[in-house]
Amino acid sequence: MFKTEELQINIGPQHPSTHGVFRMLVTVDGETIIDLKPVFGYLHRNHEQIAEQNTYLQNMPYTDRLDYFNSMANNQAYAMAVEKLAGIEVPERAEYIRVLMVELTRILNHAGALGFLINDMGMWQTQLAFGMREREKILDLFEMASGARMMCNYFRFGGVVRDLPPEFMPKLKELLVAMPAFVDELERLLRENEILMQRAEGIGVLPRELALAYSVTGPVLRGSGVPYDIRKAEPYSVYDRFDFDIPVGSVGDVYDRFLVRIEEMRQSKRIIEQIVEQLPDARGGHINPKARQNVRPPVGDAYARIESPKGELGFYLVSDGSPRPYRYKVRAPSFINLTPLGDMCRGYKVADVVVILGSIDIVMGEVDR
Amino acid sequence: MPRLSPEELRERMARDLPGTVLEPTPLRVTPPPAHGPQPAPFVTTDTVVAAEQLVQAALYLRDTLGYAFLSDIAVVDYLADGVFELVYRFYTIEGGDGLVLKVRVPREAPEAPSLTPYWPGANLHEREAFDLFGIIFTDHPFLRRIYMWDEFEGWPMRKDFPKQGDKYIGADE
Repeated sequence: MFKTEELQINIGPQHPSTHGVFRMLVTVDGETIIDLKPVFGYLHRNHEQIAEQNTYLQNMPYTDRLDYFNSMANNQAYAMAVEKLAGIEVPERAEYIRVLMVELTRILNHAGALGFLINDMGMWQTQLAFGMREREKILDLFEMASGARMMCNYFRFGGVVRDLPPEFMPKLKELLVAMPAFVDELERLLRENEILMQRAEGIGVLPRELALAYSVTGPVLRGSGVPYDIRKAEPYSVYDRFDFDIPVGSVGDVYDRFLVRIEEMRQSKRIIEQIVEQLPDARGGHINPKARQNVRPPVGDAYARIESPKGELGFYLVSDGSPRPYRYKVRAPSFINLTPLGDMCRGYKVADVVVILGSIDIVMGEVDR
Repeated sequence: MPRLSPEELRERMARDLPGTVLEPTPLRVTPPPAHGPQPAPFVTTDTVVAAEQLVQAALYLRDTLGYAFLSDIAVVDYLADGVFELVYRFYTIEGGDGLVLKVRVPREAPEAPSLTPYWPGANLHEREAFDLFGIIFTDHPFLRRIYMWDEFEGWPMRKDFPKQGDKYIGADE
């Protein structure tokens, strides 16, 4: 009889599949995972402590650096928290521009995340290049509006920093025309793809009940079959005016999370089309002219959350009446979505860990903060 | 199920779990500004419960009221009053506003019961609170530092943590 022995190995922190500096302490029996503990902190810079020494406005560009793929979404959550705290109103047009930017962010995040996921499965580079090609087009739009491609720093309290330039809308409409072809192509290439089916179907299953108990959010939760999306569950901004569906999975495996992301790109496109229609009629300018940027909110606390592309992104702020927040707390979606990683990997093979981690879609800038 | 406001929650809890809800005493936010008007103390509108009854109250929210989704645990250091406030945020999957439970623990003995046995999703939140504030969650299965390294001394997010003269900076030189 052969006997196998349990072995503890480290995957990471320097490992191409960990999407940053992230370590997994894995106990294996042969190729099978018995236990997995995520270890983080390699990118920790005490974001919250630094933010408490900044003024409210100084933190706006700093939130870009949390989830550097989705700086617009981080901006929105933070701006909403400060507006709630200080009682600042946002004009209708500004809300539309904000939602437009965040939905574009969702598309580029998912295009990138799917590309990296396929990369992790060993279909090297082709798919990632496809996703990155689309991402570039959206980044061009961001550059047009905000002046920056990734660290946009576009939102201000009471609106956005400047209105959309005149050349923005024609480019956006071009993108909307070209977009369905990209998503369809991506789906056609991958939906029945043998490699993807072998590597994703039935792998990393997170059952519905477990997903809820683990407080995961975003595509991971919806992949497990829970139709929970803050845009519908607690509509903020102008999301109650748009018609869109929440895609959900059935099994909760890697494949379901993959399909949910593809469908979410289509739904975001639907929302953007409605924005293009409704934006010309929206009242107000791009920013509330009465909103002061060097805010001194009254003593109190506020929590605002949005459905960022990765899940529930929330900011909890406590004000002491000074220009700096007394407490600034980030509820980071990819940090909490890592909680069930051990349970999702148990019983699968070492090579599956890489794929399961890729399907959660983490960004270490947000996990470690 | 209709969503509850904080007042309704307090009423329901006073009826079903007598003695759990505490009077929300005002907390002073520090440091007061050098000049200008002194800020008013912060009186919360959320529900404050005793630390010993946190688990009972949280399970009441989950099992009786249907607020099963534990979204966030935040810690705030109220240095002037010598307390840490733990802010627990619960939501329902059907949607709508959430409910907040606040727990105050003294700074000298910051101990609170862990929710991880009931919500495995509380695990990393509580480890983060332990790492940065030094809150001890009793019954937590794996209460270890999460961001800082294991040998690190001190609690970096506390208001009295020295911002200058850190013994780890320049220690190699």
